[in-house]
Amino acid sequence: MARMKFLCDAERCIECNGCVTACKNENEVPWGVNRRRVVTINDGVPGEKSISVACMHCSDAPCMAVCPTDCFYRTDQGVVLHDKDLCIGCGYCFYACPFGAPQYPQEGVFGMRGKMDKCTFCAGGPEKDLSKEEFTKYGSNRLAQGKLPACAEMCSTKALLGGDANVVADIFRQRVLKRGKGSEVWGWGTAYGKPDNPQAQPPQRIGAKS
Amino acid sequence: MRATGKVLLAGVIVLATSLVTGCGERSQVVAYESGKYQGKTDTRPWENSPGAALYTTSKWTGGDKTSWETALRTRNQGQNEYSRTE
Repeated sequence: MARMKFLCDAERCIECNGCVTACKNENEVPWGVNRRRVVTINDGVPGEKSISVACMHCSDAPCMAVCPTDCFYRTDQGVVLHDKDLCIGCGYCFYACPFGAPQYPQEGVFGMRGKMDKCTFCAGGPEKDLSKEEFTKYGSNRLAQGKLPACAEMCSTKALLGGDANVVADIFRQRVLKRGKGSEVWGWGTAYGKPDNPQAQPPQRIGAKS
Repeated sequence: MRATGKVLLAGVIVLATSLVTGCGERSQVVAYESGKYQGKTDTRPWENSPGAALYTTSKWTGGDKTSWETALRTRNQGQNEYSRTE
Protein backbone atom coordinates (compact mmCIF):
# COMPACT_ATOMS: atom_id res chain seq x y z
CA MET A 1 0.00 0.00 0.00
CA ALA A 2 1.36 3.35 -0.98
CA ARG A 3 1.93 5.79 1.87
CA MET A 4 2.29 9.35 0.72
CA LYS A 5 4.96 11.55 2.31
CA PHE A 6 6.86 14.77 1.71
CA LEU A 7 10.62 15.07 2.13
CA CYS A 8 12.50 18.36 1.90
CA ASP A 9 16.23 18.29 1.25
CA ALA A 10 17.67 21.26 3.18
CA GLU A 11 20.94 21.01 1.21
CA ARG A 12 19.07 21.79 -2.00
CA CYS A 13 16.33 24.24 -1.01
CA ILE A 14 17.24 27.72 -2.25
CA GLU A 15 14.25 29.51 -0.68
CA CYS A 16 12.80 30.40 -4.07
CA ASN A 17 9.22 29.88 -2.78
CA GLY A 18 8.33 28.11 -6.02
CA CYS A 19 6.50 25.42 -4.01
CA VAL A 20 4.45 28.07 -2.19
CA THR A 21 3.51 29.71 -5.48
CA ALA A 22 2.70 26.37 -7.12
CA CYS A 23 0.41 25.45 -4.22
CA LYS A 24 -1.35 28.80 -4.27
CA ASN A 25 -1.88 28.62 -8.00
CA GLU A 26 -2.93 24.98 -8.18
CA ASN A 27 -5.46 25.17 -5.35
CA GLU A 28 -6.47 28.83 -5.70
CA VAL A 29 -5.83 29.32 -2.00
CA PRO A 30 -7.29 32.61 -0.68
CA TRP A 31 -5.15 35.51 0.45
CA GLY A 32 -3.81 35.06 3.97
CA VAL A 33 -3.91 31.27 3.91
CA ASN A 34 -0.58 29.53 3.37
CA ARG A 35 -0.85 25.81 3.00
CA ARG A 36 2.88 25.66 2.39
CA ARG A 37 5.70 28.02 3.36
CA VAL A 38 9.47 28.10 3.34
CA VAL A 39 11.22 28.43 6.70
CA THR A 40 14.83 29.61 6.82
CA ILE A 41 17.04 28.97 9.82
CA ASN A 42 19.96 31.36 10.49
CA ASP A 43 18.76 33.66 7.72
CA GLY A 44 21.56 35.79 6.33
CA VAL A 45 24.27 33.86 8.17
CA PRO A 46 26.68 31.74 6.11
CA GLY A 47 25.42 28.17 6.17
CA GLU A 48 21.75 29.11 6.44
CA LYS A 49 19.31 26.35 5.73
CA SER A 50 15.83 26.53 4.26
CA ILE A 51 13.10 23.96 4.36
CA SER A 52 9.64 23.84 2.84
CA VAL A 53 6.95 23.04 5.41
CA ALA A 54 3.30 22.04 5.08
CA CYS A 55 1.08 19.37 6.59
CA MET A 56 3.27 16.32 7.13
CA HIS A 57 0.29 13.94 6.99
CA CYS A 58 1.34 12.36 10.27
CA SER A 59 0.79 8.66 10.84
CA ASP A 60 -0.52 9.50 14.33
CA ALA A 61 -1.89 12.95 13.66
CA PRO A 62 -2.48 15.14 16.76
CA CYS A 63 -5.04 17.21 14.86
CA MET A 64 -7.20 14.11 14.52
CA ALA A 65 -6.89 13.40 18.23
CA VAL A 66 -7.99 16.84 19.42
CA CYS A 67 -10.74 17.65 16.92
CA PRO A 68 -14.01 18.00 18.88
CA THR A 69 -16.16 17.36 15.81
CA ASP A 70 -14.08 14.42 14.51
CA CYS A 71 -13.89 15.94 11.06
CA PHE A 72 -10.49 14.41 10.18
CA TYR A 73 -9.89 11.16 8.37
CA ARG A 74 -6.93 9.37 6.83
CA THR A 75 -7.13 7.98 3.30
CA ASP A 76 -5.78 4.60 2.21
CA GLN A 77 -2.63 6.40 1.07
CA GLY A 78 -2.01 7.92 4.50
CA VAL A 79 -3.14 11.42 3.52
CA VAL A 80 -4.80 13.31 6.39
CA LEU A 81 -7.88 15.16 5.15
CA HIS A 82 -10.88 16.82 6.78
CA ASP A 83 -14.52 17.56 6.12
CA LYS A 84 -15.06 21.33 6.01
CA ASP A 85 -18.80 20.88 6.48
CA LEU A 86 -18.12 19.62 10.00
CA CYS A 87 -15.28 22.00 10.93
CA ILE A 88 -16.33 24.67 13.43
CA GLY A 89 -13.07 26.65 13.24
CA CYS A 90 -12.26 26.17 16.93
CA GLY A 91 -8.51 26.17 16.32
CA TYR A 92 -7.68 23.13 18.48
CA CYS A 93 -5.91 21.47 15.56
CA PHE A 94 -3.76 24.58 15.10
CA TYR A 95 -2.56 24.37 18.71
CA ALA A 96 -1.98 20.61 18.44
CA CYS A 97 -0.07 20.66 15.14
CA PRO A 98 3.73 20.94 15.62
CA PHE A 99 4.16 22.26 12.07
CA GLY A 100 1.56 25.06 12.07
CA ALA A 101 -0.18 23.43 9.14
CA PRO A 102 -3.82 24.31 9.87
CA GLN A 103 -4.71 27.73 8.45
CA TYR A 104 -7.76 29.91 8.93
CA PRO A 105 -9.17 32.54 6.62
CA GLN A 106 -9.45 35.81 8.55
CA GLU A 107 -12.57 37.42 7.26
CA GLY A 108 -15.27 39.70 8.63
CA VAL A 109 -15.22 42.72 10.89
CA PHE A 110 -13.56 41.02 13.84
CA GLY A 111 -11.32 38.75 11.79
CA MET A 112 -13.64 35.87 12.54
CA ARG A 113 -11.91 32.54 12.20
CA GLY A 114 -13.43 30.55 9.34
CA LYS A 115 -13.18 26.88 8.57
CA MET A 116 -9.74 25.33 8.76
CA ASP A 117 -7.77 24.92 5.55
CA LYS A 118 -4.59 22.90 5.10
CA CYS A 119 -2.46 21.00 2.63
CA THR A 120 -4.39 18.09 1.14
CA PHE A 121 -1.41 16.47 -0.59
CA CYS A 122 -3.35 17.59 -3.68
CA ALA A 123 -5.90 14.86 -2.89
CA GLY A 124 -9.02 17.02 -2.67
CA GLY A 125 -11.54 16.15 0.05
CA PRO A 126 -14.78 14.34 0.81
CA GLU A 127 -16.69 15.48 -2.25
CA LYS A 128 -17.10 13.87 -5.65
CA ASP A 129 -13.66 13.60 -7.22
CA LEU A 130 -12.77 16.34 -9.70
CA SER A 131 -16.08 18.12 -9.07
CA LYS A 132 -16.54 21.87 -8.75
CA GLU A 133 -17.56 21.48 -5.08
CA GLU A 134 -14.38 19.60 -4.29
CA PHE A 135 -12.21 22.22 -5.96
CA THR A 136 -14.00 25.12 -4.25
CA LYS A 137 -13.68 23.63 -0.77
CA TYR A 138 -10.43 21.71 -0.89
CA GLY A 139 -8.59 22.61 -4.07
CA SER A 140 -7.18 20.42 -6.78
CA ASN A 141 -7.33 16.61 -6.65
CA ARG A 142 -4.18 15.67 -8.53
CA LEU A 143 -3.97 12.15 -7.10
CA ALA A 144 -7.27 11.33 -8.81
CA GLN A 145 -5.65 12.53 -12.03
CA GLY A 146 -2.66 10.24 -11.58
CA LYS A 147 -0.45 13.18 -10.64
CA LEU A 148 1.57 14.10 -7.55
CA PRO A 149 1.44 17.31 -5.46
CA ALA A 150 2.11 20.42 -7.51
CA CYS A 151 4.66 21.79 -5.02
CA ALA A 152 6.94 18.75 -5.32
CA GLU A 153 6.56 18.44 -9.07
CA MET A 154 7.26 22.14 -9.58
CA CYS A 155 10.33 22.32 -7.32
CA SER A 156 13.15 23.60 -9.51
CA THR A 157 16.01 22.09 -7.52
CA LYS A 158 14.05 18.96 -6.63
CA ALA A 159 14.64 19.76 -2.97
CA LEU A 160 11.03 18.95 -2.18
CA LEU A 161 10.12 15.36 -2.94
CA GLY A 162 6.56 14.08 -2.62
CA GLY A 163 4.91 10.76 -3.34
CA ASP A 164 5.06 7.15 -2.22
CA ALA A 165 7.30 7.11 0.83
CA ASN A 166 9.34 4.16 -0.41
CA VAL A 167 10.03 5.77 -3.77
CA VAL A 168 10.85 9.14 -2.19
CA ALA A 169 13.24 7.45 0.26
CA ASP A 170 14.96 5.61 -2.61
CA ILE A 171 15.42 8.82 -4.59
CA PHE A 172 16.87 10.59 -1.56
CA ARG A 173 19.14 7.66 -0.69
CA GLN A 174 20.54 7.54 -4.22
CA ARG A 175 21.11 11.30 -4.13
CA VAL A 176 22.95 11.26 -0.82
CA LEU A 177 25.18 8.39 -1.94
CA LYS A 178 26.08 10.29 -5.13
CA ARG A 179 26.82 13.62 -3.58
CA GLY A 180 28.41 12.52 -0.32
CA LYS A 181 27.90 14.21 2.99
CA GLY A 182 29.01 17.22 5.01
CA SER A 183 31.74 19.21 3.26
CA GLU A 184 31.57 16.86 0.27
CA VAL A 185 28.19 18.27 -0.67
CA TRP A 186 29.49 21.72 -1.49
CA GLY A 187 32.84 22.97 -2.68
CA TRP A 188 35.09 23.09 -5.71
CA GLY A 189 34.74 19.42 -6.60
CA THR A 190 30.95 19.52 -6.59
CA ALA A 191 30.79 22.78 -8.53
CA TYR A 192 33.48 22.13 -11.16
CA GLY A 193 33.92 18.36 -11.11
CA LYS A 194 36.39 16.21 -9.29
CA PRO A 195 39.83 15.70 -10.89
CA ASP A 196 40.38 12.37 -12.66
CA ASN A 197 43.69 11.86 -10.90
CA PRO A 198 43.72 13.65 -7.56
CA GLN A 199 47.36 12.66 -6.93
CA ALA A 200 48.65 14.40 -10.08
CA GLN A 201 50.80 17.49 -9.55
CA PRO A 202 50.68 20.55 -11.79
CA PRO A 203 53.48 20.52 -14.42
CA GLN A 204 56.63 22.33 -13.33
CA ARG A 205 57.92 25.16 -15.50
CA ILE A 206 61.38 24.60 -16.91
CA GLY A 207 63.88 26.64 -15.00
CA ALA A 208 61.54 27.36 -12.16
CA LYS A 209 63.05 27.28 -8.72
CA SER A 210 61.56 24.61 -6.49
CA MET B 1 -17.51 -5.39 76.01
CA ARG B 2 -20.04 -6.23 73.33
CA ALA B 3 -20.13 -2.59 72.12
CA THR B 4 -16.35 -2.49 71.98
CA GLY B 5 -16.37 -5.62 69.81
CA LYS B 6 -18.84 -3.98 67.41
CA VAL B 7 -16.73 -0.84 67.12
CA LEU B 8 -13.65 -2.96 66.53
CA LEU B 9 -15.45 -4.96 63.83
CA ALA B 10 -16.64 -1.77 62.14
CA GLY B 11 -13.09 -0.41 62.24
CA VAL B 12 -11.75 -3.56 60.61
CA ILE B 13 -14.39 -3.38 57.87
CA VAL B 14 -13.64 0.30 57.14
CA LEU B 15 -9.90 -0.42 57.04
CA ALA B 16 -10.32 -3.39 54.72
CA THR B 17 -12.64 -1.43 52.41
CA SER B 18 -10.25 1.52 52.19
CA LEU B 19 -7.35 -0.82 51.42
CA VAL B 20 -9.26 -2.53 48.62
CA THR B 21 -10.35 0.84 47.24
CA GLY B 22 -6.70 1.95 47.21
CA CYS B 23 -5.72 -1.12 45.21
CA GLY B 24 -8.39 -0.40 42.62
CA GLU B 25 -7.22 3.16 41.96
CA ARG B 26 -7.32 4.02 38.29
CA SER B 27 -4.49 5.59 36.31
CA GLN B 28 -4.60 9.37 36.23
CA VAL B 29 -2.93 9.55 32.83
CA VAL B 30 -5.40 10.17 30.03
CA ALA B 31 -4.93 8.07 26.93
CA TYR B 32 -5.84 10.27 23.98
CA GLU B 33 -7.50 8.47 21.12
CA SER B 34 -8.63 9.81 17.80
CA GLY B 35 -12.36 9.97 17.46
CA LYS B 36 -14.29 8.21 14.77
CA TYR B 37 -14.66 10.21 11.58
CA GLN B 38 -18.12 11.75 11.42
CA GLY B 39 -18.03 13.34 7.99
CA LYS B 40 -18.89 12.37 4.44
CA THR B 41 -17.24 9.41 2.73
CA ASP B 42 -14.59 10.13 0.15
CA THR B 43 -14.11 8.42 -3.18
CA ARG B 44 -10.79 6.75 -3.89
CA PRO B 45 -8.45 8.23 -6.47
CA TRP B 46 -8.04 5.03 -8.50
CA GLU B 47 -11.78 4.76 -9.01
CA ASN B 48 -11.54 7.47 -11.64
CA SER B 49 -10.53 6.68 -15.16
CA PRO B 50 -7.41 8.42 -16.54
CA GLY B 51 -9.55 10.34 -19.03
CA ALA B 52 -11.59 12.00 -16.25
CA ALA B 53 -9.29 15.04 -16.21
CA LEU B 54 -7.45 17.00 -18.85
CA TYR B 55 -3.71 16.76 -19.39
CA THR B 56 -3.27 13.47 -17.54
CA THR B 57 -0.30 11.55 -18.84
CA SER B 58 -0.48 8.73 -16.27
CA LYS B 59 -2.12 5.54 -17.50
CA TRP B 60 -4.07 3.17 -15.30
CA THR B 61 -7.24 1.12 -15.39
CA GLY B 62 -10.23 2.74 -13.66
CA GLY B 63 -10.94 0.93 -10.38
CA ASP B 64 -7.63 -0.96 -10.36
CA LYS B 65 -5.62 0.19 -7.37
CA THR B 66 -2.44 -1.67 -8.34
CA SER B 67 -2.23 -0.10 -11.78
CA TRP B 68 -2.88 3.36 -10.28
CA GLU B 69 -0.07 2.88 -7.76
CA THR B 70 2.26 1.73 -10.52
CA ALA B 71 1.37 4.81 -12.57
CA LEU B 72 2.12 7.06 -9.61
CA ARG B 73 5.41 5.33 -8.87
CA THR B 74 6.44 5.79 -12.49
CA ARG B 75 5.53 9.46 -12.31
CA ASN B 76 7.43 9.76 -9.01
CA GLN B 77 10.65 8.97 -10.88
CA GLY B 78 10.23 12.31 -12.63
CA GLN B 79 11.53 13.83 -9.38
CA ASN B 80 14.71 11.78 -9.61
CA GLU B 81 17.09 13.61 -11.90
CA TYR B 82 19.60 10.75 -11.77
CA SER B 83 17.14 8.44 -13.50
CA ARG B 84 16.44 11.18 -16.05
CA THR B 85 20.06 11.98 -16.89
CA GLU B 86 21.89 8.66 -16.55
